[in-house]
Amino acid sequence: MATEIQSGKVHVQTTINGESVDFLAEPRESLLEVLRDNLGLTGAKEGCNNGNCGACNVVMDGVLVNSCCVLSVEAAGASIETIEGVASPEGLHPLQQSFLENAALQCGVCTPGFIVAAKALLEENPDPTEYEVRWWLAGNLCRCTGYDKIVRAVLDAAERMRAEA
Amino acid sequence: MAVDTRVGQTIKHHDEEYKVIGTRPIRHDGLEKVTGEARYGSDINLPGQLHGKVLRSPHAHARIVSIDTSRAEALDGVRAVITSAAFPDPGDKLTGGGEAPGLPLKFKSANMLARGKVHYHGHAIAAVAAANPHVAAEALKLIDVEYEVLDPVLEVWDAMKSDAPVIIEDLYTARADGTTAEEPSNVAAEMLYEVGDVDAGFAEADLVVDREFTFGVVHQGYIETHNATAHWLKDGHLHVWCSSQGAFTIRQELADLLDHPITKIHVVPMEIGGGFGGKTTAYLEPLAALLSRQTGHPIKMAMDRADVLKATGPTPGGYVRVKLGVTNDGMITAGYANLAFDAGGYPGSVVGAGCRCVFAPYNMPNAKVEGFDVVVNKPKTHAYRAPGATHAEFASETVVDEICRTLDIDPVEFRLKNSAKEGDWQLAMPPYPRIGHIECMEAARDSAQWQTPLETAPGKKRGRGIASGFWFNIGFTSSVTAKLNSDGSVTLLEGSTDIGGTRTSIAMQFAETLGISVEDVDPIVADTDSVGQTDVTGGSRVTFATGLAAHNAANDMKDQIVEGLADLWDVAADSISHADGTFSANGKSATVGEAAGLLEEEGVFPIGKNTVTPTREGGAFAVHIADVEVDEETGKVEVLRYTAVQDAGVAIYPPYVEGQMQGGVVQGVGWALNEEYVYDDDGHLLNASLLDYRMPTALDVPNIETIIVEVPNPGHPYGVRGVGEVPIVPPPAAMANAIHDATGVRMSHLPMSPARVQAALAAEA
Repeated sequence: MATEIQSGKVHVQTTINGESVDFLAEPRESLLEVLRDNLGLTGAKEGCNNGNCGACNVVMDGVLVNSCCVLSVEAAGASIETIEGVASPEGLHPLQQSFLENAALQCGVCTPGFIVAAKALLEENPDPTEYEVRWWLAGNLCRCTGYDKIVRAVLDAAERMRAEA
Repeated sequence: MAVDTRVGQTIKHHDEEYKVIGTRPIRHDGLEKVTGEARYGSDINLPGQLHGKVLRSPHAHARIVSIDTSRAEALDGVRAVITSAAFPDPGDKLTGGGEAPGLPLKFKSANMLARGKVHYHGHAIAAVAAANPHVAAEALKLIDVEYEVLDPVLEVWDAMKSDAPVIIEDLYTARADGTTAEEPSNVAAEMLYEVGDVDAGFAEADLVVDREFTFGVVHQGYIETHNATAHWLKDGHLHVWCSSQGAFTIRQELADLLDHPITKIHVVPMEIGGGFGGKTTAYLEPLAALLSRQTGHPIKMAMDRADVLKATGPTPGGYVRVKLGVTNDGMITAGYANLAFDAGGYPGSVVGAGCRCVFAPYNMPNAKVEGFDVVVNKPKTHAYRAPGATHAEFASETVVDEICRTLDIDPVEFRLKNSAKEGDWQLAMPPYPRIGHIECMEAARDSAQWQTPLETAPGKKRGRGIASGFWFNIGFTSSVTAKLNSDGSVTLLEGSTDIGGTRTSIAMQFAETLGISVEDVDPIVADTDSVGQTDVTGGSRVTFATGLAAHNAANDMKDQIVEGLADLWDVAADSISHADGTFSANGKSATVGEAAGLLEEEGVFPIGKNTVTPTREGGAFAVHIADVEVDEETGKVEVLRYTAVQDAGVAIYPPYVEGQMQGGVVQGVGWALNEEYVYDDDGHLLNASLLDYRMPTALDVPNIETIIVEVPNPGHPYGVRGVGEVPIVPPPAAMANAIHDATGVRMSHLPMSPARVQAALAAEA
């Protein structure tokens, strides 16, 4: 639900990482701004603010999106998954564990976006080829790693998840 | 042959065995980086904070006639507007510490906010503080600036002409002989490096190859944009949270630019989302500080991507000429090089470093290198990973390849014959210590890729290229303070911003020396109030220099433990031995953990500390092999296979050494094939977005095979050489040599974009 209130802000009700959330936002604010500045979910990063780097990736109603290119009012009634919801109280997601063990991060600022994007890939395709991983992750820029260890980490996690399934 | 680069190949030229060094633990800061919990500069918000934005010049070269901020100040929600008048007059002062000390402070100050004149498109003019970023952005549109637009000068070869518009009216060339030019020009400095008799050397040559190369401007391309938050308290204490390669450098720059006591400035390094040399200097920090002083509120500022590309410090474009003389049997007799680099809008390019590296892989008895630092109407350029070396060695390694082709000499054999080795001359530096260029070249020759013939495909133009690279590495100053906790664990404070796993590479050296596990060391990147002087994370220096400080601090702690145990056990300190983390004397023994507990009972809490400024960096060599396929129709070059070989001295933390190698290669591939600032004739940057300034994606590159060569650096107790920078040096030359192998065409400009390759193929045909 999105209701405009007198201040010019909009009251938005949405679901983030399985929990019901309310926020007030200006209509011009992006979902990324609201996640980071209103809700304190700073795992999604701004790298370009125009959909070219993937550092702000979240999943909205099952679709991988750049949250910088989604208006926050569009979140009304939606279900959103962010990096903060990837690990569970029981522990890390296999992708997170695999990124650690494969040294698939350096500065780490693109890492949340890559993990969110890779998780979306493996939910759609549990057994991707190296090419499919590279194709899917081409929307995420990493300037540190050269992608080699990221691609290996995703393939490694996919194998672990298939073994556990 | 498939090679598993998850654990790449390592070739050791030493017999040392270590317990911790060379292992592959999970990095200490990894968990919070895979969960999104790590706090980068833009992730903090302070109570009462306002937001700052910067107005930037729409012109490349213009005089500022007037600035009227009154309409912006009147906008609801705007709290302050500043122009260059907010900065103290820099007078004739020089800049303090940092990567390039000793330049006139007035240039740095005018680059923060333009003073009377704009020098490039995107030059900061004014800054606004407002209740939120959107109001601040609206306010920028209400600042009225009147410009007198001037003709821009964009390329070094134009800027060096005697009739070129002079960008800085009182800039007089500092000549190589120590004199100063009498007429102002755009040439800030000339440099000359010479050894032997270059004319005699060329006279001995049977073949002389003399070629010219040009370069576009490229950006470091870190994914996190610049940001800063500042809080100026009423008693003059200034707290700054920033994303920088050097918190101490930012502190020094703030002290210089704001004429403020350094003791009152406290800089907190947040996690940093990449730097590569581009985050070694202040941009937003002084503006946030001044706006905070004016409003009494904390100010948060962040650049958008267009700001980053337009107005931070990309690395220079420019010109390099290389001339090499050789005998018919392939011995180099002489070399000459001439390098002219963009300084950008103010003096101080990385051309000197390029001069030092241009012939570094070779033993060259006669050489002369001239360098020119040239001001043009582009952003003030800065370091980018082995700054200057990539340009210089693209030129020299391409000429070497041409010589090998002309003389029909194997490129590996030529390089082995002429390779620099221990004791050989180094341009403008002491003779080489033990170095590993020959070992790298042999490893490349023996590699799976070099030993596997290039697979041909009908109708496809494929080729293989090889190139060497050198970067001298830098020592600078580092500090470590380590506290022994009562359970035997250690809290290690260090001042080096961690961009790629260096918390762990530092902690591993500490653990090795004290004889504990790396998991028992908790490394913390500390703020400027909490640890000793530490220079920038740059020059591939952190694992080398801060690692050395950690080793020394561990020895200091060990000595204190020994003294404590000597009292406790009533033995002489020198009778206590230490091996494998256990202290023993007279039949008594204690592990570090047991010792910590015993000493705690006596009220003894050892703190090991060290500040060190090492100078024996050792120098790093790399050899790369590229296989490419060139699309004759479009000019697009695809990388089919790539092997990177590098002398790491001793690889402390191998997965992250491999990561540096792979990351450097891919940045180098981007530089080689695609990345370039595109300007119109008026000096407007036309591609200031990550769509149009296109960096390699996962789909653009293959896996990068790595071979770590270990030739220990005699200047470090564990043999460390810096590893971060040299892997960007060989890729453009390796790619150019591969393109030639595929097509017979020599490329002389970076990037070798599809349009340029297509044009070169058309010209050849």
